[in-house]
Amino acid sequence: MLGKKIGFKLTVAVGVTALVTISVFAYINSRSYNKSLLAEVERHANQLSETVRSSTEYDMLLNQRERIHESIARMGNQRSIERIRVMNKAGTIIYSSDAEEIGRMVDKAGESCYMCHSAGRPLERLEMQERTRVFRLKPDAPRTLGIINPIYNAPSCWTAACHAHPQSQIVLGVLDVTMPLAEVDKDIRAARIEIVIFAISAIFALSLIVGVFVKRWVDVPVEELLRATQRIGDGDFNYRIPENRDDELGLLAKTFNTMTQRLSEARLQLFQSDKMASLGRLAAGVAHEINNPLTGVLTYSSFLLKRTKDQPELQEDLKVIVRETIRSREIVKSLLDFARQSVPKKTEADINEVIARAAVVVENQLTLNNVKLVQELDPALPRAVVDANQMQQVFINLFVNAADAIGAKGGTIHVSTTSMSLSPVGITQIKKALCPKRHNLVDNEVRIDGKPSIRIKARSNGNEGFVYLNSIYGAGGHHHGIVLDANKEVQLACPECSISLLCPGRTCPDCGSAVYTFEVPPRGMVEGCARKGCDWQRWEAVDTSGQREYVEARVRDDGCGIAEDQLSKIFEPFYSTKGQKGNGLGLAVIWGIIDNHNGTISVESEVGVGTTFIIRIPVRA
Amino acid sequence: MTSRDILVIDDEEVITGAVTRICTAEAMSVDAASSGAAALKLLESRCYRLIVCDIMMTDVDGFQFLAEAARRNIATPIVMATGYSTVENAVRSLSCGAVDFIPKPFTADELLAVVRRGIRCGQLQRLAATPSEEPPDTLAYVPCPSKYYRLGYISWVLVEHEGTALVGITDLFLKTIDGVGGFVLSPVDDDVVQGESCASVLSLDGATHAVMCPLSGRIVEVNPAPAADPTVVEKDPYFEGWLYRILPSELDPDLKQLIPCSSDRL
Repeated sequence: MLGKKIGFKLTVAVGVTALVTISVFAYINSRSYNKSLLAEVERHANQLSETVRSSTEYDMLLNQRERIHESIARMGNQRSIERIRVMNKAGTIIYSSDAEEIGRMVDKAGESCYMCHSAGRPLERLEMQERTRVFRLKPDAPRTLGIINPIYNAPSCWTAACHAHPQSQIVLGVLDVTMPLAEVDKDIRAARIEIVIFAISAIFALSLIVGVFVKRWVDVPVEELLRATQRIGDGDFNYRIPENRDDELGLLAKTFNTMTQRLSEARLQLFQSDKMASLGRLAAGVAHEINNPLTGVLTYSSFLLKRTKDQPELQEDLKVIVRETIRSREIVKSLLDFARQSVPKKTEADINEVIARAAVVVENQLTLNNVKLVQELDPALPRAVVDANQMQQVFINLFVNAADAIGAKGGTIHVSTTSMSLSPVGITQIKKALCPKRHNLVDNEVRIDGKPSIRIKARSNGNEGFVYLNSIYGAGGHHHGIVLDANKEVQLACPECSISLLCPGRTCPDCGSAVYTFEVPPRGMVEGCARKGCDWQRWEAVDTSGQREYVEARVRDDGCGIAEDQLSKIFEPFYSTKGQKGNGLGLAVIWGIIDNHNGTISVESEVGVGTTFIIRIPVRA
Repeated sequence: MTSRDILVIDDEEVITGAVTRICTAEAMSVDAASSGAAALKLLESRCYRLIVCDIMMTDVDGFQFLAEAARRNIATPIVMATGYSTVENAVRSLSCGAVDFIPKPFTADELLAVVRRGIRCGQLQRLAATPSEEPPDTLAYVPCPSKYYRLGYISWVLVEHEGTALVGITDLFLKTIDGVGGFVLSPVDDDVVQGESCASVLSLDGATHAVMCPLSGRIVEVNPAPAADPTVVEKDPYFEGWLYRILPSELDPDLKQLIPCSSDRL
């Protein structure tokens, strides 16, 4: 498991790289240290050798052999010198700090002679490096450095009183100085250990630091993303990744959250339409199954009613059967109408009257529950064009909901009406949108705040995708199905025929960007800024129509209230807080009716204090 | 070939039983069939004045039965009945050749009104199809003009140049009613839906006959003439006797569901 983690892999990769680099560095460093140390010793040995030669030269000219012995023995006693010896041309050791070997012959193949005598004829001139050698006397002995210094014939030698050397001789003998390298080797070893320790700790420290940062910058956010995908995979679409980073992974988290939100919205819509479709099928099935037995009841009872005109005692009962069967027929019909979301039949009506009629319907139920209904209706309320039956259903549902929220303890429902003028911006919905070739741009699949959006093809920076405009004029909150750079130029076109929707020569008065346009029949053209982030829109027909008159109705109760996290869900079909008591359709139906009237419904609630529903319906449809 | 009044086709026995009982009480002879196949078998040896057929049956559906009846040149008018009474089913039945549509559940009076209209419609169609030497002013019924569209034999539409459409009742439908006593019309600005009732004809016998609207849209004008004098509709159903001027909401898909009257004259 650990081996599969991206952070671990990164750390190992960095560790291996560091290991190789530092090892090579340490090796080279150690070698050059070794070399320079040895060179230093060599130089020192050479100097020493020269000193020995020059200090004994005078004695040699005077042929003071005892003094030479003494000088060499004394110098050879020094700790840093292992041995000093002088050999003559024949290879006989004539002076040595080791008195025992004086007079012995040196083997020409021996380590001190090899340099000059390896070739057929002995060399007469040697470079400094060639004069030194490093060897071990015994395989287990410490290393030793030897330097030979040839003693050349000089005029003073053949003119000296002793006449020991003829003039023809070039090399008179060799001075051989050997020095122990035990100290140097110890230094080298210590340095080598130091380098190894440094290398290991550097690799370790580097890996650790890289590991910590990789964990913080990569592992943690990746794990967060992983956890989020798992949670969403498990169906928790409300899960959001904290967006507290500004790097690519932070951007990924943001995009991920947006994607989740869209997914959740799409899922909800799918869920809703699926539920509505099932309900439609159910209603159709129920209608068919129930209508056949109802036909039996209705035909026979109405037939009996016709035939028993002379039996008044039967007539009364039969009339009840016929009336109630016809009522059942209407219920089934309304079930079918609901499944098909019937078109409202709008006429001019007084909302106050509608509310009063709804109040009469629920009066008994409210009295039983000890709930008082207070009506504060504006007598000057203008008549509005509505489907009075549907609006009555809206108020009945709201009153029943309010009574349920109040519960057994009793309470008050306030219903008030008032008229107001509102600016159409941010309220008016664009219900039809056409490209210049008259293709429909309205998209029912992607919804913004539950309303269809306007789908436009966008191309920017080589990317192509869709932009979904909020159909509420001037409300902003458009969805972008494509990553758009706010500063890059964007091409907007009809998704069907790809005709450009950009208006050449026109620029946004707010930011100077390009402007798109489409037709909203029969109310002229809508224009808007093409730049992402700028919500400027213009719809002349609506802007010039001035304020629109609305009727507002508020239904306020002092019941249990609705928790904030439930507020967004209460208009969803089949969402119910009443458990077995409700079917979860009441508010969904209300929402549908208000939407069909081009109105708005909103809710304000506080747990324990109460709930207020605010409905606004345009006076003229 | 034995001649009977009514053939009722339904896979529910309670329906065929009820229809039989009600129509028999009105002195009509009724046969019942529980499937399309059984009905076609009966139709081989007997002829009927009217067929009442369910749309949802176990072997064939009502539309297939309509097509099969047309293929076999069965001239008997067919009334469709269904428990799944949607606007679509009603409109489709009428555009497939049914003379009327009755949604279940129905009362005895509703059934009898439809049955009587259906039988009368069959008689008139037969009369119109029979070559006669009578002068043209005694025509069985006046077919609608060629630029018109009709919803079954019930209502007609004339699309005007302004984009509005005139809507009225066909002469055949009016003739099937036993004396027109008056009209119940919807007010201006009402929305009407194709296949749903938009007006009622009150007959002299006290029955109410719903008129299905041939077009969806909003009523922009109601002809005041029928309210003042109901006979104007009977006298001139296609011109002076129009009922509504409608602003259509979905003209093209609606027209596809209608029968062009020019096809009647071929």
